Amino acid sequence: MGLSVRLLKKVKGFVLDVEWEIEDELAILFGGSGSGKSMTLQLIAGLMEPEAGFIRSNGNVFFDKAAGINISPQERSLGYVFQDRILFPHMTVRGNIAYGLKNASRFEKEERVKKMIKLFHLQGLEEMSPSEISGGQKQRVALARALIGRPKALLLDEPFSALDNPLRLEMRRLLQEIRVEFQIPVILVTHDVFEAYTMGNQVIVYSDGKVVERGTPGEIFHLRAGLEIEKILAFSSSK
Amino acid sequence: MGVAVAYLLATKDFKGKELLDVLFTLPLVLPPTVTGYYLIILFGRNGFMGKLIYEWTGWSIMFTWYAATLASFVVALPLMIKTTRAAIESVDKNLINASYTLGHSEFETALRVTLPLAKMGILAGAVLSFARAMGEFGATLMIAGNIPGKTDTMPLSIYAHASSGDWSKANVMVIFFSLMSGLFLYIANRFTKRII
Repeated sequence: MGLSVRLLKKVKGFVLDVEWEIEDELAILFGGSGSGKSMTLQLIAGLMEPEAGFIRSNGNVFFDKAAGINISPQERSLGYVFQDRILFPHMTVRGNIAYGLKNASRFEKEERVKKMIKLFHLQGLEEMSPSEISGGQKQRVALARALIGRPKALLLDEPFSALDNPLRLEMRRLLQEIRVEFQIPVILVTHDVFEAYTMGNQVIVYSDGKVVERGTPGEIFHLRAGLEIEKILAFSSSK
Repeated sequence: MGVAVAYLLATKDFKGKELLDVLFTLPLVLPPTVTGYYLIILFGRNGFMGKLIYEWTGWSIMFTWYAATLASFVVALPLMIKTTRAAIESVDKNLINASYTLGHSEFETALRVTLPLAKMGILAGAVLSFARAMGEFGATLMIAGNIPGKTDTMPLSIYAHASSGDWSKANVMVIFFSLMSGLFLYIANRFTKRII
């Protein structure tokens, strides 16, 4: 099993109460704003603590309330790409990527950074600062930084939402490519129907802190599009 | 010390946090003579700390240049803490969280992410608090006196020259002080404007 979670968290009147599991595949957390998608990622990463439940990944227990286990975010070894303000502005592209690699010799670090720069098509940008590169390039650096340490899972919090359409398509292609290289569970949070439909192996639909549907994109958007999906789609198209 | 206290206040939630903030900020709003009075109570020969120091070493800080330094430090510290705390609080939490998820400890993150990104605010705080320390008068007079050649700081000298009618020396010092203070403010503003 790639990743298995059961999470309960109450924050200022909002209750997140979800349970799901995925294989080493790309799962989409799909839903409207404020449905608890990003909070789920923060709980999995260890940036927030659930009030009950568990988080397990390929035999590792990151959190288990009943057993009193709560591994720190530093020790969970999860790649996390945030929506915006994603790169360290005081470091170069190379520095940002290298920051994702701990406990490696200088030689090993240099080799791994070189490999990631090639894999993410960032040649020529190594010594530039984040303010000198485009939005798409920034996201590629963020992905390279998150993946250089070979994480156990990759968490993506609407990473492409600030990009224009051609760049989003390019990033989607890149994400599909790197999934071949890194066989790990990837969780992509989005409220973009096209992204949810085209990218995921599995779609988990959130509404008001709960999982209301689960299935393949075809099942979710064609075969059994329920009222919740209709509502989210109506809201997305009206924006 | 200012950076350490500011970091604690900006990033941690603990019991008594507001009280600690008030304690460190108090010299900013108290009349300097009151701050000086507290320092006498603490560091005077019969004071809480001063007595211990005197019993151990046979030495008292009172009416030495160390006392002038201590007075300047205490009145300037709140400016350093306030400015640095604001700078640390302005660092994007996502960047700090990103560092944690990349495996870096809080200490490493503070050294390599938080403090470098708050650098301009910290420098502005250092410049402002240095300017405030140079201009300290009341608390210094209370615990260091105004001993010529020993504890007569520039503000105390200006007061002494003006009192004795030596206006030419007072004028030179006042002009020098005004220019220096203006320069410090200009530098602090430049740093503040460069905060991201």
